[in-house]
Amino acid sequence: MTASIATNQTILVVGGGISGMTAALEAAECGKQVILVEKTPVLGGRTARLYRYFPKMCHPTCGLEINLRRIKQNRNIRLMTMTEVTAVSGSRGNYSVTLKVAPRFVNENCTACGKCAEAVTAEVSNPWNYGLDKMKAAYLPHNMAYPQRYVIDPSIVGTPEGEKAKAACPVGAVDLDMKEETVTLSVGAVIYATGWRPYDAAKIQPYGYGRFANVITSLEFERLADPQGPTGGKILRPGDGKEAKNIAFIQCAGSRDENHLRHCSRICCMASLKQTQYVREAFGDQGKSTIYYIDIRAIDRFEDFYQMVQKDATVSFVKSKVAKIVENAENGNPVLHGVDTEGYHRYATEHDLVVLAVGMEPEITGVKLPDDVILDSSNFIEGSKDGGMFGAGAASSPLDVNRSVQSATAASLHAIQVIRKTASTEAV
Amino acid sequence: MTTANTNAIERYRNNFLKEVEANVEEGHMVKMCMQCGVCAGSCPLGPHWTHSPQKIFMMIRAGKRDEVLGSDSMFMCTSCYNCMVRCPRQLPITHIMHGLANYAHRLGLAPKGQPTRDFATLFWNNAIKKGRVNELMLTLRHYFRGGLVSGIKEALGMQSVGLGLFMAKRLNPMEIFGGHGVKDLKGFHAIVAKAKEIEDRKKGFTA
Ligand SMILES: Cc1cc2nc3c(=O)[nH]c(=O)nc-3n(C[C@H](O)[C@H](O)[C@H](O)COP(=O)(O)OP(=O)(O)OC[C@H]3O[C@@H](n4cnc5c(N)ncnc54)[C@H](O)[C@@H]3O)c2cc1C
Ligand code: SF4
Ligand code: SF4
Ligand code: SF4
Ligand code: SF4
Repeated sequence: MTASIATNQTILVVGGGISGMTAALEAAECGKQVILVEKTPVLGGRTARLYRYFPKMCHPTCGLEINLRRIKQNRNIRLMTMTEVTAVSGSRGNYSVTLKVAPRFVNENCTACGKCAEAVTAEVSNPWNYGLDKMKAAYLPHNMAYPQRYVIDPSIVGTPEGEKAKAACPVGAVDLDMKEETVTLSVGAVIYATGWRPYDAAKIQPYGYGRFANVITSLEFERLADPQGPTGGKILRPGDGKEAKNIAFIQCAGSRDENHLRHCSRICCMASLKQTQYVREAFGDQGKSTIYYIDIRAIDRFEDFYQMVQKDATVSFVKSKVAKIVENAENGNPVLHGVDTEGYHRYATEHDLVVLAVGMEPEITGVKLPDDVILDSSNFIEGSKDGGMFGAGAASSPLDVNRSVQSATAASLHAIQVIRKTASTEAV
Repeated sequence: MTTANTNAIERYRNNFLKEVEANVEEGHMVKMCMQCGVCAGSCPLGPHWTHSPQKIFMMIRAGKRDEVLGSDSMFMCTSCYNCMVRCPRQLPITHIMHGLANYAHRLGLAPKGQPTRDFATLFWNNAIKKGRVNELMLTLRHYFRGGLVSGIKEALGMQSVGLGLFMAKRLNPMEIFGGHGVKDLKGFHAIVAKAKEIEDRKKGFTA
């Protein structure tokens, strides 16, 4: 199995988002052996869950498809899904890594016919849509999923529901006896492309996320706008399923705040500017977006995009960090309270829906990493003391897709250098 | 006091921010404000006063010395600390507000007849006299600050509260004769004088 072919000439890439896929591909296409490890059942990471992506407003699945094709064609990449790194020891050029592989309960024979999903009735919360809806406990994470293989949720294993799935499978792919496995590999270099997660919005107490149904996060909004999302692409607010035409975006929700994340998450201004265009797409001139901000940070060449949105009559800007939100008990509308900086006017403004532009926090926050790994004050990976482990993409800094890809390519190059050095010393 | 004011104007010229940094408690943190507005929007008194902390901090940077030091807003702060716990830049807003109030008061620029300021002065004078607060005298002075008629009205309004305090032995009518002081009153006065001397030196009130 995979374990036997890994040597200290192998590069381990942890995380299969856009950064991990890029890092793996760059190295593999240079002829290096790569093991790509992904925690979830699919590749793609957070980008695959965006409806459109800035600056070109294309669908992320398009870029994803190209990368997936490259991965499928490349024999130097060994992909391990549902796998997490639990320990790393050793040093540059010679690491021993321990991986924990969770059971998928479906083997390689799966043709993704979907019969198992039809057979079961049990439902579980759908992580793809950030828990906004439910899905069958036998599922394909999303249409573009790679690998195209179903997953049986562990909650139905050992129950009659699990047996139903097994009985329904025409090719005998459902294997309910699969167990968690631990694998140890030796590798020469490690790239952490573990990405980011949204800051827990419930911690921003005055905004009432979790208390007020019509206060959601920017990630949830991406899913609302997406035809593959829980509402089939209609912008319906969670509180009562009504169309949300008058939407407030609150910037720096949890970022640039000593009480939450200290750093500027750098992409959320652009994300909100982009999302105002979802509102326009859905409602035309009837839609209304209001961005509450401290200052708009549309980094470098994205200034054009900002100017384009500024010209849009359906979008207005209020220079103010909202102080608090209360709910209008009669209609469920969130009411935003604050004082604007341009004139110091006190406002109490009602909207149909509030979208919190939540900050990006490294996914590995709280995860035990090897001692050698150097983190900055916000837990982004800077590198390692021994020079054999690297951060890539959003794991290294709050980056958009374009910059993540650049960063991943750089990390890949560093890893290749480590491998080559190891090879040349061994040859002597 | 006016000399202190003239000296300060002379010394800092148009740089009111520098003046605040040098003389106001936590004044060096004013420049950290990013004008986000959270404090202004979080202050429970916000709608009732002219200058929110956000506005005051901007006015300081804009050199609006007379407006800031003549503002009654700092005296309205109830020290609820709502602004301070929410400020994304962790400015010690409450402390700065009180620091500014104190500075304006000492320069003789604070607004006359501002009730909180008057009460604070009353409290201070009362407390340093004997080293402990004579609550009866403090209350009486406070009620009668606006003259006899309004004083009686106010005192009558608070009658039941006063009676309650009296029953709970929290208010002693004998204190009308001056009340008792701390043990070493002389020592206490010396401490206060020394503290004042140090503070004057630090805040530039000694010539
Ligand atoms: C609301 C919003 C909108 C956005 N819109 C845009 C946009 O329009 N355009 C744009 O350019 N950018 C956008 N971004 C930014 C974009 O999402 C990121 O740039 C991108 O996700 C970074 O990719 P990544 O691969 O570094 O991280 P991720 O996408 O987070 O991928 C990390 C992968 O690693 C896996 N992983 C994590 N930990 C482990 C572990 N311990 N072991 C194994 N695997 C692990 C995860 O499961 C995941 O698959 C947006 C961000 C937000 C918040
Ligand atoms: S596990 Fe079997 S039934 Fe389910 S999708 Fe795969 S092949 Fe079809
Ligand atoms: S990118 Fe914008 S919204 Fe995000 S943290 Fe920075 S300033 Fe705030
Ligand atoms: S909350 Fe802090 S940073 Fe924001 S305006 Fe007030 S003092 Fe300035
Ligand atoms: S501490 Fe003072 S300034 Fe701050 S919110 Fe409370 S009353 Fe307002």
